[in-house]
Amino acid sequence: MTYEPPTGAANATEANAAGTVPLQLVHLAHARSGDKGDTANVGLIAYESDHYGLLREQVTAERVKAHFGEMVQGRVERFELPNLGALNFLLHGALDGGGTISLMNDAQGKVFSTALLRMEVEVPADVAEAAAHRGRVPEGWSAEEYG
Amino acid sequence: MTDSTPDMIRIASGQGFWGDDLDAPVRQVEGGPIDYLMLDYLAEVTMSIMQKQRDRRPEAGYARDFVPLMERIFPACVERDIRVVTNAGGVNPEGCAAALVEAGKRAGVAGRARVGRVEGDDILDRLEQLIADGHALTNMETGDPLVSVLDRVRSANVYIGAEPIVEALGQGAHVIVTGRSTDTALTYAPMMHAFGWTRDDHDRIATGVVAGHINECGAQSTGGNCLIDWWTAPDMANVGFPIVEASPDGTFVVTKHPGSGGRVTRQTIAEQILYEMGDPSEYITPDVVADFTTIDVEEIGENRVRISGITGGPRTDFLKVSIAYSDGWKATGTLTYSWPDAAQKARAAAKILRQRLDRLGLEFDAVRTELVGWDSTHGELAGEPPADLPEVQLRVGVRGSDRAAVERFTREIAPLILTGPPSVTGFAGGRPRVQEIMAYWPALLRREVVEPHLSVHVEEV
Repeated sequence: MTYEPPTGAANATEANAAGTVPLQLVHLAHARSGDKGDTANVGLIAYESDHYGLLREQVTAERVKAHFGEMVQGRVERFELPNLGALNFLLHGALDGGGTISLMNDAQGKVFSTALLRMEVEVPADVAEAAAHRGRVPEGWSAEEYG
Repeated sequence: MTDSTPDMIRIASGQGFWGDDLDAPVRQVEGGPIDYLMLDYLAEVTMSIMQKQRDRRPEAGYARDFVPLMERIFPACVERDIRVVTNAGGVNPEGCAAALVEAGKRAGVAGRARVGRVEGDDILDRLEQLIADGHALTNMETGDPLVSVLDRVRSANVYIGAEPIVEALGQGAHVIVTGRSTDTALTYAPMMHAFGWTRDDHDRIATGVVAGHINECGAQSTGGNCLIDWWTAPDMANVGFPIVEASPDGTFVVTKHPGSGGRVTRQTIAEQILYEMGDPSEYITPDVVADFTTIDVEEIGENRVRISGITGGPRTDFLKVSIAYSDGWKATGTLTYSWPDAAQKARAAAKILRQRLDRLGLEFDAVRTELVGWDSTHGELAGEPPADLPEVQLRVGVRGSDRAAVERFTREIAPLILTGPPSVTGFAGGRPRVQEIMAYWPALLRREVVEPHLSVHVEEV
């Protein structure tokens, strides 16, 4: 295998003029998705409640729509749940008709959650460093250790 | 509240969908004290599948797994006064209840148990009259009136709330079988019954709705399918299903049986709260409109999460209707291509497959190509596959109104093995199956044309 799985933190070595670096959401938040007809929902939950404001500011409906591109045919709606440190997104027209109409492998939108976690946001370098270990299986971990 | 009002009731979740862990309800009954067991068997498409089964056999049309399950746990439930609430009745609650009475006799609870059933949610036979009476049953997504697909409708059920279940509990039923009750009502009906809540207790019923949302997907609240630090979830082979410990004041604690696997944390609960969520400030149910933005979630101990602060508003004048109608045919075929250049081979195969379909003059509403192992879950976000991808599965699906065309498509996959790009395998499953598409038609109906038709029947085993 000559390709590496993309890891935002690993790429986030060069701070820009504002002192921030890009970081993939997978290191800042966890997520769960489901479906209602042709609409997928993604609930995005900050690992640290301190980071909710950062998500709220940067993970806008417009950016999420742009992130998914052709994958989301309709509009993107966003709802805020500050009590859970969470945002809820509705991705309309994302499931090829949804339900039993859809020809998609992921006809019920179960893993749109992780697709959103590929998105990058700009964070202070110290935040990126502290968060770099979150969201991915630790190096050397084996499935034999599961359960 | 009366002197007999309990301080707390335990409502255990035993089934998150038809096909869930068959032994989970048994573990809930045997693993520690519970008062109620809720079993959710229904999803959007389940009713149409059950209707198809009933068309073939009039006594069918419900979640068959439920009957042998009850035969196993009926004696324990009766002896320990655990009451079971389920929507296993599907499109035939009467048939399900009849089978349940027989199962109860075999299990030795004759004379000691009562079976309740709720009917009236099924409006399939009433559709023409309802439309004639001016209820257009307009599709909530497209705005089309139901009459445009009426001849293809296969099932039509109203999502009903907790009140008929509360009535059956009041009549002393040990097991209550419903049709298309909402998933959440199976959890909050016991609260309304035990605590004497009325339909004006909006905040408390809204609390019950949140509890129901946490219970309705089984282990998805207790570490299953849970993304946060998933590799650290303990003893998942023995995962405990959620148990709601509800209090009369409208707060509850989510937990699971001691010694079971999985975990209940603030984060596992937060993930489940967001599952299939629409506008969180307006979670509409037949009994209340709940506001999920008011929820306080607090860890109060190991595997104990307390939920409080929930508010709700009055129910609406409408009930949601779940209608399934036949909307054509589809089939999906797969083949596996190996290194080197696996993705390129798979795409080349898809190209000539499309050319052959065109040459045959077959017309489809949609043809979709995905590479399983590369882009079938994250689409274009996966980027371009590398040339040394070890393998990939080509997945091609078609759908359309012409069944013969879809049938012909299923015969065009196997020929690719000898007539297309090399290094191909993975056709052991045979020809793809043609499936009838059951499309979902969400609509609203005024509650006063539904509620007079709801009925509760309680009988002795």
